[in-house]
Amino acid sequence: MGFDPSAYLTRFDWGRARPLGGGGSLREYQVVAYDREIEIAPGVFFPAWTFNGTVPGPTLRAREGDRLRIRFINAGTHPHTMHFHGIHTAEMDGVPGIGAGEVAPGRSTVYEFRAEPFGLHLYHCHAVPLKRHIHKGLYGVFIIDPAGGRPPARELVMVLNAFDTNFDGENEVYAVNTVAFHYMRHPIRVRRGELVRIYLVNMTEFDPINSIHIHANFFHVYRTGTRLRTDEFTDTIMLAQGERAILEMRFPYRGRYMFHAHVSEFTELGWMGFFEVTDDDL
Amino acid sequence: MTSERVSALPAAPSRPGGARLWLLGIYPLALIALLVLLVLRLGPLGVFQAAFPPVEDLTITRVRLTPGQFQVHVTNGGADPVTIAQVLVDEAYWEHTVAPQRTIPRLGSATVTIPYPWVEGEAHEIVLVTATGLTFSHTVEVAAPSPQPTRAFLLTFTLLGVYVGVLPVFLGMLWFPFLRALGRRWIHFFLALTAGLLVFLGVDALEEALATAAALPTAYHGTALVAVGTLGAVMLLVVAGRLAARRGPRPLVVAYLIALGIGLHNLGEGLAIGAAFNLGEVALGAFLVIGFMLHNTTEGLGIVAPLARTPPGVGHLVLLGLVAGVPTIQGAWLGGFTYSPVLAALFLALGAGAIFQVVYEIARLMAADAAEGLATALNAGGFVLGLLIMYVTGLLVAV
Repeated sequence: MGFDPSAYLTRFDWGRARPLGGGGSLREYQVVAYDREIEIAPGVFFPAWTFNGTVPGPTLRAREGDRLRIRFINAGTHPHTMHFHGIHTAEMDGVPGIGAGEVAPGRSTVYEFRAEPFGLHLYHCHAVPLKRHIHKGLYGVFIIDPAGGRPPARELVMVLNAFDTNFDGENEVYAVNTVAFHYMRHPIRVRRGELVRIYLVNMTEFDPINSIHIHANFFHVYRTGTRLRTDEFTDTIMLAQGERAILEMRFPYRGRYMFHAHVSEFTELGWMGFFEVTDDDL
Repeated sequence: MTSERVSALPAAPSRPGGARLWLLGIYPLALIALLVLLVLRLGPLGVFQAAFPPVEDLTITRVRLTPGQFQVHVTNGGADPVTIAQVLVDEAYWEHTVAPQRTIPRLGSATVTIPYPWVEGEAHEIVLVTATGLTFSHTVEVAAPSPQPTRAFLLTFTLLGVYVGVLPVFLGMLWFPFLRALGRRWIHFFLALTAGLLVFLGVDALEEALATAAALPTAYHGTALVAVGTLGAVMLLVVAGRLAARRGPRPLVVAYLIALGIGLHNLGEGLAIGAAFNLGEVALGAFLVIGFMLHNTTEGLGIVAPLARTPPGVGHLVLLGLVAGVPTIQGAWLGGFTYSPVLAALFLALGAGAIFQVVYEIARLMAADAAEGLATALNAGGFVLGLLIMYVTGLLVAV
């Protein structure tokens, strides 16, 4: 079964939750690393290293203050780790030589920490060579909701990523959520006037900067999502490697609206898509 | 050794005949076929079939430009089939079609058609992305419409061949009366000069052949192909020379061999001109055409040099000129409309071999005719002068 970027947009893994004594929950997740070929553009197959068989890996989601327990199994062919952005102890940082360190193929470990601070984060493999382990596909989105939650909205996860298919240290394919031009062929459907919230994470390797521009609209920016007030009202933002932002907007008119990197090169190499704004029930 | 072994087997006939002889010749082949079958069925080939993707080897042999469109001809020279999945033009994914099919078998070819608003006079980079993500690129250095086989272009290329090949060779042959008036020593001087001209042409052709061969898909073994062409031409001319020697006087035979060698060389030259025109790598200025005319006039002199002391009829002279000059026209057609690097390398190699063989024939002709041997100061001077003339006129014609 191939990777479906349309399904990925709205799929959140809340883990297996159990209430804890002092309020909040214990959430248990399972992540398995394994090698898998992914079709990143029609007919082009990339020999990826994946978390749970997809690139990006599952979007892990929790609420501020939850206790998180992530069981990590390495079923791949190289040593891997899971390094979470967030606040935790050195042993749980998922880097070589500290705590469990690199997890050898066939081995497993458990990462355990409190979900803090709230915001939009990421996780990725931190085994060496780092650049290769990341661009082969070992990364995913890690969302911690504020204790009081955010206003109801149509929530979409967008990871800016790219692939070096011929091993020359440059990317041949750029995309949002892995597959080049996917949302050109399958526009993202939203309702006119409803609140749309985009969790935007930049995991592009080799190029230091990526960006997003949404046509015929402006959005509120919450950088890293760690504050509940907006930083900016704009139609284009740029993100360095590993940077992320939450974008909120409403589309006032029906129709098809393009969104793409405002780095034109990336746009024509696959990082381009459409919103389809309708009055229909979705 | 062999005869002893045969005599040690008194029961066996000394020479097997008929069906038995055939059997002796064929049974090693049958054993090889059996071995191949065994290796394929049970053999250790699993060792060589690891899980990693095969090393793909696509070669872009030609790119044709028509208004608003690229046509990319591609050959798979690798060990395994290759699938073209995507096409990039100037670092952007682009619409395209592949005929006859996306997956190209070993040594198979395909044509990728890309609608693209290319800009005349500018450079464009075309990249083919295979299913495994490997890339193969070609740069169109100067975008210009490729010639179409219309009547107008056919005429242009024919005229080009006439200007560059046929006319200069005939002009060079006009030195014939002059040569006839010379004494034997000076005739030898001009024969040596001819040898010099030819050696230069031969080296030039060989270099061109090897350069063309280097760009071929690896499976064609370009350098070996050049060896086959060069040595094949030598052997062909040796046989042709022997057959012809029974009919005509020796100098006339040598003249025909020279004409044939030069004709093959001019075919290669025509190919180069046509292909350069086709590939958008050169604008054929008047300067270049004049350069070729000067360069090729000396070839006419070379053809008539052996005939100075035994003049043939006018019919022979005309035929000699046609044999040497006309192939330029065919070369220009081939190069201009259906450029094939494999054929180009082969023709250039044939030309080189033919020329080297002819140099040998000239040396034999001179040796048979000269009491004092070949190595006179005059002959050496002629030879070097021949090389120099070619070098200097060659400066004008860098394609």
